[in-house]
Amino acid sequence: MSETLSTAGWRAWLLSERPQSALQARLGQAWLSWNAFQRNRLAMLGLALILLLVLVAAFAPWISPYEPNVQNLRLRLQPPGAAHWLGTDELGRDILSRIIHGARITLYIVTLVVVIAAPIGLLVGTVAGYFGGWVDAVLMRLTDIFLAFPRLILALAFVAALGPGIDNAVIAIAITAWPAYARVARAETLTLRRSDFIAAVRIQGAGAFRIIGRHIMPLCLPSVIVRVTLDMAGIILTAAGLGFLGLGAQPPAPEWGAMISTGRAYLLDQWWVATIPGLAICLVSLGFNLLGDGLRDLLDPKRRGG
Amino acid sequence: MTASPMIVVDDLAVHFGEGRDSVRAVDGVSFQVHEGESYGLVGESGSGKSTVLRVLCGLQQQWQGRVTLAGAPLPKRPRRDFFLRVQMVFQDPYGSLHPRFTIDATLSEPLAIHGIGERRERVHRALEAVGLDPAFRFRFPHQLSGGQRQRVAIARALILEPRVLLLDEPTSALDVSVQAEILNLLARLRREHGLTYLLVSHDLAVVAHLCSRIAVMQGGQLVEQLSVEDLRRGSAATDYTRDLIAASSGEIIAQPAQST
Repeated sequence: MSETLSTAGWRAWLLSERPQSALQARLGQAWLSWNAFQRNRLAMLGLALILLLVLVAAFAPWISPYEPNVQNLRLRLQPPGAAHWLGTDELGRDILSRIIHGARITLYIVTLVVVIAAPIGLLVGTVAGYFGGWVDAVLMRLTDIFLAFPRLILALAFVAALGPGIDNAVIAIAITAWPAYARVARAETLTLRRSDFIAAVRIQGAGAFRIIGRHIMPLCLPSVIVRVTLDMAGIILTAAGLGFLGLGAQPPAPEWGAMISTGRAYLLDQWWVATIPGLAICLVSLGFNLLGDGLRDLLDPKRRGG
Repeated sequence: MTASPMIVVDDLAVHFGEGRDSVRAVDGVSFQVHEGESYGLVGESGSGKSTVLRVLCGLQQQWQGRVTLAGAPLPKRPRRDFFLRVQMVFQDPYGSLHPRFTIDATLSEPLAIHGIGERRERVHRALEAVGLDPAFRFRFPHQLSGGQRQRVAIARALILEPRVLLLDEPTSALDVSVQAEILNLLARLRREHGLTYLLVSHDLAVVAHLCSRIAVMQGGQLVEQLSVEDLRRGSAATDYTRDLIAASSGEIIAQPAQST
């Protein structure tokens, strides 16, 4: 009884019409957004998949039944069974353990790419959109150059120049990912910069960078976040593609794309070697896409009332 | 005339575009507004009245002519201090408040820009001055009504304690019942703070309520200046002004002559 009372108290506090602090007001808005998000079943499924990925990556050494890189040639290419739930690969390594540890690599790549590419895209897009004129022309022609190439081809070129490896794959993917975010942010900025609330802050004497950083960027952020989330699948696939081509993670790292690549040789007789990591990539990509769709429904200003 | 001129506009011209496509939005406009006076600019849309306001508050930086504000010439590229002298209230209170800022953040922002301290107290006082409950402080704009939002916009304009307030159709986006409240609030604030108003409107009733002198603009030019008494009597010198008055005469006569 007391518990339901305190829950009701929290709800009342969050939804208060008279918030006592900026923090309470923000938390109240976040609570309303979460309520709206929760109603979207598919988005919740996506969120669950992503949370699962994060948890698996965080606790990989504790939940994986075997060491991911320990070979046992007597047990090579075992089908899924009691000892090895998802079978073993051509060197007798447990596939489940490798998938679990591969989650770390996938998460590492995705996080780093986002941390590098999203701020660059946001900055380039808002600056180009706000200043217009030749600044816009120069920055947008630059993004056009990057957008003109297919992502995997451009990433391949960069990795070829930088040398194979996860970190170089991350840099290459980040270099190919930011132009899309710059486009999104610029489009948002163009509609915002003529608005009265930006004019109001201009006649309060705010400088251009204060306006861009404090007033325009927070409003561009939702569309960029949605775009980034929907792009995650593409990033994972590009990373897997680079791994598959031997230009991403290097053996014996349990990267999912590289695992598919080695499993390719046994695809007809030992299907699990290539299929299991493929399924993992598929599920995580699906999770990010569902989450991104849900976020778009939630954050899209055209669908949001008042 | 004992009061000194607060705004002097002399032969102001603004044109948009280049060469043959160039449009003269404002063409040789001259007028003076005295300290503590409330001056109205009326005209149909496209007559250039809003452009005059945008020049005066530094948003429109391409113009020719001579403009003096509070005794100092209007700079072509205003520095930060300039905005302590003049502020503006926009037409649409739904578009002039940042949607992600609480009222507190919106009102604190000008103080932060100018490095002014005691923000809590100043925000509190500004909300009280415009008749808003301090409980509104941490609400977002979408939780307020149109009239409440316009009060916030007025509070934001006044928080820097400017001497001149530019009003761009401050009531035209509001319900009729709320319009009178906002006009009375503006009249009270002018008395209390000794503000100078320059009000732009297409609504002669609003102008007659708030202003003592009126300039009529048409096609970028100032057609006529007249006092509010002339306006009420309908004794205008030009046909255009007479047409304007005739078009909304019912409202002006119905409006009781309130001393503002």
